[in-house]
Amino acid sequence: MRAELKKFKGFNLKNLPEFEGFAPGHRACQGCGTVLPVKLALKALGPNTIAVSTTGCIEIISTPFPYTSWKIPWIHAAFENAASVASGIEAAIKVLKRKGKISKKQKINVVVFAGDGATFDIGLQFLSGALERGHDFIYICLDNEAYMNTGVQRSAATPYGAHTTTSPAGKVIKGQITWKKNLMGIVVAHNIPYAATASPAFPIDLMNKVKKASLVNGPGFIHVLSPCPTGWGCKSEDSILTAKLAVETRIFPLYEVIDGKYILNRKIDKPKPIEEYFKLQRRFRHLTPEQIEYIKKRVDEEYEKLVKLCECFGVES
Amino acid sequence: MPKDQGLVSWKELAPGMFILEPGNSVKFKTGDWRAYKPVLDKEKCIKCGICYTLCPDLCYKKDKDGYFIPDLYYCKGCGVCAKHCPKGAITMVLEEA
Amino acid sequence: MGKKVAKEVSIAIADAVAQCKVDVISAYPITPQTHIVEHLAELVNNGELDAEYMPVESEHAAMSACIGAAATGARTFTSTAAQGLLLMYENLFIASAFRLPIVMVIANRSISAPISIWNDHSDVMTMRDSGWIQTFAENGQEAVDLIYHAYKVAEKALLPVAVNIDGFTLSHVIEPIEFLDQKLVDKYVPPLRMKYKLDPKKPITMGAIGIPEIYTEAKKAQDEALKASYRIIVNAWKEFEKLTGRKYQPVETYKMEDAEIALIIMGSLAETAMNAVDLLRKKRKKVGLLRFRLWRPFPMKDFIRAIGKVKAIGVIDRAVSHGSTGGPVGIEVRSALYQSNKRPKIINFIAGLSGRDVTVEDFIEFFEKTYEAISKKPKFSYEIYGAKE
Repeated sequence: MRAELKKFKGFNLKNLPEFEGFAPGHRACQGCGTVLPVKLALKALGPNTIAVSTTGCIEIISTPFPYTSWKIPWIHAAFENAASVASGIEAAIKVLKRKGKISKKQKINVVVFAGDGATFDIGLQFLSGALERGHDFIYICLDNEAYMNTGVQRSAATPYGAHTTTSPAGKVIKGQITWKKNLMGIVVAHNIPYAATASPAFPIDLMNKVKKASLVNGPGFIHVLSPCPTGWGCKSEDSILTAKLAVETRIFPLYEVIDGKYILNRKIDKPKPIEEYFKLQRRFRHLTPEQIEYIKKRVDEEYEKLVKLCECFGVES
Repeated sequence: MPKDQGLVSWKELAPGMFILEPGNSVKFKTGDWRAYKPVLDKEKCIKCGICYTLCPDLCYKKDKDGYFIPDLYYCKGCGVCAKHCPKGAITMVLEEA
Repeated sequence: MGKKVAKEVSIAIADAVAQCKVDVISAYPITPQTHIVEHLAELVNNGELDAEYMPVESEHAAMSACIGAAATGARTFTSTAAQGLLLMYENLFIASAFRLPIVMVIANRSISAPISIWNDHSDVMTMRDSGWIQTFAENGQEAVDLIYHAYKVAEKALLPVAVNIDGFTLSHVIEPIEFLDQKLVDKYVPPLRMKYKLDPKKPITMGAIGIPEIYTEAKKAQDEALKASYRIIVNAWKEFEKLTGRKYQPVETYKMEDAEIALIIMGSLAETAMNAVDLLRKKRKKVGLLRFRLWRPFPMKDFIRAIGKVKAIGVIDRAVSHGSTGGPVGIEVRSALYQSNKRPKIINFIAGLSGRDVTVEDFIEFFEKTYEAISKKPKFSYEIYGAKE
């Protein structure tokens, strides 16, 4: 284990920090699974944090002038460039500390909240650059699997078969025709100290991961599956349940990659039927039995691959 | 249009149109989006805080007795808290018109 | 006062940036700007400059990182040209709207297609309306002095500044440069203190959504700030003159006192143009030259004053504004004069595109055509000069 992580004991429901970095009165849809991870992450990080957002839902719902839901310093520049803006902030903190203009004792977290479009698609190069340069920052991808803010268009994060407004379930072509981009694979290939997947349905696990990402020296990356009742066509009350099912069906396994070593956080020996996940969401209702079969097979294959990677390192938690 | 809806003189704006008051969205009511409201049965409640942890709208606050109480000024009525309450202590009740 | 040393202008610019004790440099290589940031990287890696050098993966990222760093209260620098400037384009508007005192040097180069690395002003003219303060240097000394000036002005006006130097014809030549003593630089460019920045002790929100009820006010405030920067710019030059004896003003004039016709130019071509003026003056032609050192905010009053009583003006543009009524400078000048009592004839040449030579003879021809315009209505609104038929 990395030395920086040794002292961290982890959060639990009884010792949650009282600090909130995000204020109520924000305009997220009912049951938003994207804003919840923001709240949890800021709780884990505390007040000495600077946040950067990409253009997208979180930016829109949190800052319609003259209101802001951010209780910490926050900046939004453009759609694709949050990783670069964050790396500029981190570089500034570093040099200003060296020059005595910022107290050396003050540990300041720099955290990015980015959507899937801003991460998988338009901002991938910026993310890659920032990871490669090794800035000490945290990048949290809030993946709701489409461009929700512009009206549910497909992204490279949209899962196979899902209906979106630009991958509609038509008579001939039935939804998204490509498999979700392996973002974690790309991120891990940068050899950063910490990467993890997380889910708002496992809030303490998510907070622990955000904290760990902040503790390591260098980039920390967290891929969060963030249900969107509006875009996924699920009931607002089922939002977090959907996220839970994604884990329990093996669609979105929870794991960490610390210094390149894979750790499976939640082994799913008896996966729930994938149909349970699909039936809660309108975006999947057109799926044919063949499509479901294909998805099942592929999901299991990907999961087995992950298990093998974790076994390679002999760690499980 | 009143000031709090954004119409201010350009001279009153901070440079860059920055917002200088952190977290001032607390002034913005989102409770009127709601159709159903969460009602807590204190008999069943074990004060575990899952409702507080999972509420996307940051409604829940701990009261002096340790119960987590939703602030209906913000609650949008999504029902996540009721869904995940391990003791079924929260019920979503239709708001009276 | 320091003594003159012979230096490549790019290297001299980097040295001046280092003298200003920049905190964060973020840049991506593009010809003809590279020597500037290479030298800065060298200074950092040799321990001669305490700064973070960010070798980012694109110009878009370079400007994004400058935005992040400046928003945190760091003194920043980047440099680019042509395609690089175009790639960072959306960020230019964000940097100025956020009132961030970023300094950028543009080694002016033509834009693609066809791809060509040589000098004209087609890159910077695309950012004409971006809200940046924009200055143009004629020679190496001026380029260096404009760097000191840029930091001084940017941090006082809270606006980004683009210092333009002609690619190759200025960036790559060796010139005698007189640097300011470090003590004077420290006095002229005091440490940066930003009132509004990303600071956990005083959290602010930067980049909120401008709903229709506030967008207009936000833009008005920004526009007023850019206009108000004029005073800061001029005063900074006055202070500079007191320190160094070197005098700068928004519009440079050459033999304009009794001129009947004048040419307008920007950048390093002015030196050739001055030779043409001298030749014609020997023939008793009353010709003069006018050069915009300050392009944004547009120095309206200086310009009107500078044209004196000329009867005709030839504007030489180094960029095309396709489908328009002239080159960018031509359009600006015509527009500026429309409300003025002075209404000289205007003729507009687009010349020197992508490093095409503009010789003394060419300038003489521009003067002749401008002279003709006094009595004869020009056949064209603008002319792309020298295009082979």
